Amino acid sequence: MTVIANLGAAAPELFLAGAGIVLLMFGVFRKSDATAQVGWLAVAALVAAAGLVLTGSKGSATLFNGLFVTDGFAVFTKLATLGASALTLILSLSWLAQEQVKKFEYAILIIFATLGMLMMISANNLMSLYLGLELQGLAAYVLAAFKRDTLKSTESGLKYFILGSVASGLLLYGMSLVYGFTGTTSFDKLAEVLSHHPSTGVMVGLVFMLSGMAFKVSAAPFHMWTPDVYEGAPTPVTAFFAIAPKVAAIALFIRLLAGPFADLVGAWQQVVWLISILSMAIGAFGAINQTNIKRLLAYSSIGHMGYVLVGLTVASPEGVRGALVYLALYVFMNVGAFAVVLSMRQKGRAVESISDLSGLSRTSPGLAAALTIFMFSMAGIPPLAGFFSKLYVFMAAVKAGMFGLAIIGVLTSVVSAFYYIRVIKIMYFDEPVDSFDRPATANTVILWGTSAVTLLFWLWPAALINSAQTAAQVLFPG
Amino acid sequence: MLTIGLSHYLSVSAILFVLGVIGIFMNRKNVVIILMSIELMLLSVNVNMVAFSTFLHDLVGQVFSLFILTVAAAEAAIGLAILVVFFRNRGSIAVEDINQMKG
Repeated sequence: MTVIANLGAAAPELFLAGAGIVLLMFGVFRKSDATAQVGWLAVAALVAAAGLVLTGSKGSATLFNGLFVTDGFAVFTKLATLGASALTLILSLSWLAQEQVKKFEYAILIIFATLGMLMMISANNLMSLYLGLELQGLAAYVLAAFKRDTLKSTESGLKYFILGSVASGLLLYGMSLVYGFTGTTSFDKLAEVLSHHPSTGVMVGLVFMLSGMAFKVSAAPFHMWTPDVYEGAPTPVTAFFAIAPKVAAIALFIRLLAGPFADLVGAWQQVVWLISILSMAIGAFGAINQTNIKRLLAYSSIGHMGYVLVGLTVASPEGVRGALVYLALYVFMNVGAFAVVLSMRQKGRAVESISDLSGLSRTSPGLAAALTIFMFSMAGIPPLAGFFSKLYVFMAAVKAGMFGLAIIGVLTSVVSAFYYIRVIKIMYFDEPVDSFDRPATANTVILWGTSAVTLLFWLWPAALINSAQTAAQVLFPG
Repeated sequence: MLTIGLSHYLSVSAILFVLGVIGIFMNRKNVVIILMSIELMLLSVNVNMVAFSTFLHDLVGQVFSLFILTVAAAEAAIGLAILVVFFRNRGSIAVEDINQMKG
């Protein structure tokens, strides 16, 4: 009986798994095309799962013999993940309608990928971590190749699959070493064992695991796949990849390093420090020469992951709080930016070159204004949301005495401001080309919502920052 | 007589793992070889897991290796499916023909 009573802690995951299966059956047994219905029902399922996360237990609880944990940290990151998935799914639905892709499986794959992310966030054992990661990964490979009759999409799926599998292989090899040299896969027991003199084998395993994780968050030097996969995958899938899995993977990164490996902080701090600096630099310099807006956003997301990892490098509650605030605002900025990219359609065809934005301020001023807000925000210009997200991670770094990290972060964000502002210059000062089609209603609504959040975040920052604070505190008891 | 201990198993699995990684990055011919190399990497992890499990007298490692086997099967299925749709569009599965996007 206690097992059933405790299952409530995993209600969002159980609900999503059930919803995915039921919607799959619904789509299969409907005679006519069910893409729109299944899509909106999937959005409803994601929102309902977010509701279950909110109403679920407030304290921490473990389930399934300690394989699964829910706590304040999980609630915060799960809400961000579910929000990101739901918003990108809504954006995808108008794209599916415009491109006349009649495949309801799209929404099902998003649901299962999201389920995998929730499992990653709640993992409390190397085994459940691996299963969550693979569930998310396998659904994502298929999504990347979703437009299976185009070469670009299938190529991006193939690339993502190969590099993603290599990453899982590295991660697994690391896990096997950690298991072998500690004798356990449970996070709680790992923390116990690692608190006294860990062996070299654990260190080697940790480095392998860090490489695998860095692959998943597309942090340099494991970022090579990102621009290609983002360019080739269908645009709404790119939007999904750039946002939801990043949030979940960073959450997993934080839980892993601040939890079981907390006592090895001296070892992993240097590695994460290096990864973070490399990502910020590659995100800033790689994007300068891009002509494709999706590639530009890919490099921008590599850079953003670098800034988030600054918060993790600090390894303090302030640092993790900064990383969580960054992630939450990153969701809004990127959903908005991709809503603009998805509205870039001329005469019924999608365009994705930056030069297609020329003179946008005259042809569609609203779209231009919104993209300006997101670009300024990503560049970190006050008082937009992106400024605060950077402020909190750098503040934590300075507080911890990591001046080098903070200075490099500020310098790279100056460099990245160049290409963000270039986009704005193209929109406002170049001669207009063909005007864009009227964007879908859902896109417009999401666009205004996210730009309002990005623009007006400074009015009520306390709500987000306090909840991030509570979430971060969970990982640092005492 | 030589007794085979944990270190021998670990060496074999490390060699297999490195072979898998080399197979992926040095191979310039065929994508199917890459899929085989990925399997090799996952199997070397399994050898590791089972060896540790026996050595530690702990079943968790063997349970983990069963999970890895299952996921590897799913991964191979998805990988081959993506490879088939890629072949339909490109007409080739040579590694140098995966070149639509530069990066």
